[in-house]
Amino acid sequence: MTKICSVEKKIRSEGKDLILCDETRSELLPILRRVQDRKGYISDKDMQEIADRLGIHPVEVYSVVTFYSFLNYEKQGSTVIRVSNCISNLLAGSKKVLREFEKELKIKSGQTTKDKKITLKETSCIGMCDKAPAIMVNDKLVGNVTPKKVQQVIKGIRNGK
Amino acid sequence: MENKRKGPVVFSEIKSIDALKEALRIGRVGVLDVVRDSNLKGRGGAGFPAGVKWNLAASANDDKKYIVCNADEGEPGTFKDRVLLTEYTRLIFEGMIIAAYAIGAKKGFIYLRGEYRSIFPHLVNTMAEMRKENLLGDGILKNKDFSFDIEVRLGFGAYVCGEETALIESLEGNRGEPRNRPPFPVYTGYNGHPTVVNNVETLANIPHIILKGVKWFKSIGTEKSSGSKIISVSGDCKKPGVYEVPFGTTVKSILKIAAASDTKAVQVGGASGVCLPKSQFDRKIGFEDISTGGSIIIFNSKRDMLDAADNFLHFFQEESCGQCTPCREGIPVLIEGLELLKRGECDKKYLDDLLSLAETMQLASKCGLGQSAPNMFVSVVDNFKSEYKLSKNTRKENLFHG
Repeated sequence: MTKICSVEKKIRSEGKDLILCDETRSELLPILRRVQDRKGYISDKDMQEIADRLGIHPVEVYSVVTFYSFLNYEKQGSTVIRVSNCISNLLAGSKKVLREFEKELKIKSGQTTKDKKITLKETSCIGMCDKAPAIMVNDKLVGNVTPKKVQQVIKGIRNGK
Repeated sequence: MENKRKGPVVFSEIKSIDALKEALRIGRVGVLDVVRDSNLKGRGGAGFPAGVKWNLAASANDDKKYIVCNADEGEPGTFKDRVLLTEYTRLIFEGMIIAAYAIGAKKGFIYLRGEYRSIFPHLVNTMAEMRKENLLGDGILKNKDFSFDIEVRLGFGAYVCGEETALIESLEGNRGEPRNRPPFPVYTGYNGHPTVVNNVETLANIPHIILKGVKWFKSIGTEKSSGSKIISVSGDCKKPGVYEVPFGTTVKSILKIAAASDTKAVQVGGASGVCLPKSQFDRKIGFEDISTGGSIIIFNSKRDMLDAADNFLHFFQEESCGQCTPCREGIPVLIEGLELLKRGECDKKYLDDLLSLAETMQLASKCGLGQSAPNMFVSVVDNFKSEYKLSKNTRKENLFHG
């Protein structure tokens, strides 16, 4: 496994070399972010490894990963599209936008396309109500996404923009 | 600062760093007194006096203290912090530095919601600039005994982390579950040390107050609510956006600013706020009337208010941390009740039961999420009676009476 802790210390225990995080529990979320940024999700094995290095039980890591909706414990598409479903977005027609994405990608909300490129999700308010309907493409906030613009967004992702 | 926005306090003109210099001139006690006297209340929605928080943290005896900027803006319909963090970055940092100086903190955090990750590089770059200018780091503005630095931490899409104790739990690397209060974070916050958690907007007010004075600040707004509120307007209107208005502004005049017409209802305070019918559009924004974190959502006459309540309840169901019973178990019962109401199958007696359940949730939930989850339901039932019909047949099976 590549480096997950920003500060590491090596110790020798029971005849083995161990690498531990020279950081406290409070670094757990930044560590999880680094792992997810690299792989797109946090596997069981990652959780075990992180727990070992921080000296906590893997269940504690699991409990944190499952609590936050932006942390994934399952493989995701390389791009995650999140359609905001807060009330302001609904008023602006976000359900139609979601349906359009579902139609174009041939998947349902919560699923990943066959080529593992795109995952479609719904999310609570993303703070773009003044530009509703709005979506997130990975970390990017995109406003005023009308059903007509859906094709364009997907095209942009597929072309690697 | 070059900004096109105009407003009475935060969006008014100010020269960068002047306030910090003034703070260093009047000293710690001076700053604490000014903030206390200004009657500045927390802008996140709860409205706790910032001066009280600061004074308590300042008097706490600990060598490690923290200042946290709460940028976990999750309330549906709020986006003012997105604008502030992007356009008024230095102002917010300056507010944090002044706060750190006043309470004696050496380290600060900005807890940035995961949805705003695209702002993260901008914040880090601004901090790097400020370190070069000796505004962050060791010996700020050549004051040997004043060192302070800020770290940006990202949230991961959990609404409840906007609650200050949940936010601290999250900073410590735990699930974002609210703690029991007391003890308050000003005594035992991050890793058990005194911690002040302030909203982005509260901190953006600080430099203005320090530089322009208590008298000036108190001349804006109303007697009990000094200053201004930055509101995020969205929904059925022509000009959605972020506006700064003095406290005491009526809902009616906000509708005018946003160029809204044919308005049936206004949701003030997001999912946890209240829904006002036309007859109450004369009510005022302020801690003495309708307190809000700034979310204003406008509904026109074609909208179904029961659908809106349904959306909010599902939102709370999704975001509830599940720790305490009234919130975890209450929300699904309200959702089910709302379904009955929609179908016209809810009778008077059951509706009364639901309202008493709502009251229990408001009183007995552990944190603000559960306490405010039933607000919209109650608002719609009370204020929009024409939108639903009660069933005349009493339901045979009743949740509370078997």
